[in-house]
Amino acid sequence: MRVARILGTVVSTQKDERLKGKKLLVVKPINLDGTDRDDYVVAVDTVGAGFHERVLIVGGSSARMAEGNKDCPVDTAIVGVIDSIEFTSPDRK
Amino acid sequence: MQLARVVGNVVSTMKNASLRGRKIMVVQNLNEKLEPIGQPLIALDAAGCGIGELVFWCRGREASFPFKRDPTPTDCTIVAIVDSDSHVFNGES
Repeated sequence: MRVARILGTVVSTQKDERLKGKKLLVVKPINLDGTDRDDYVVAVDTVGAGFHERVLIVGGSSARMAEGNKDCPVDTAIVGVIDSIEFTSPDRK
Repeated sequence: MQLARVVGNVVSTMKNASLRGRKIMVVQNLNEKLEPIGQPLIALDAAGCGIGELVFWCRGREASFPFKRDPTPTDCTIVAIVDSDSHVFNGES
């Protein structure tokens, strides 16, 4: 699972039947300290996330396990909107 | 599977229905000498762990197996708690 921020939307008319009605968003994975990573992904939204929100994304076949994504040709899904992340520095026990 | 230290948690109210009631943790990967490596990750908890504990986590499709038969969208799940740091032997000690 990765944390990402939403960059924008993707509009597609000619698509697989099972992608109909799904919201496609361009998201940029970020590190937990808030810095951007180099890559980006197109993800299917399952929660109704909005612009600039921090979200939780899952990749691979697990993306199909999200409710509403069963048997969909999807490899990245947004499964949660993050309210807060709390963590301590890793070397402190 | 990788050894990691639980360093924090994530709060998310708006999430996929299949994640309802699941605990989302922040983990820091460790090398074989139990020193932190790389960026912290987000993992779902299947073992009932707490902050500061030494755990190992499982990636990929198999990460959703602990929650069977509920389809759970996760690609990184904490599957076990290591009894203590001294229970990890790397051949050198």
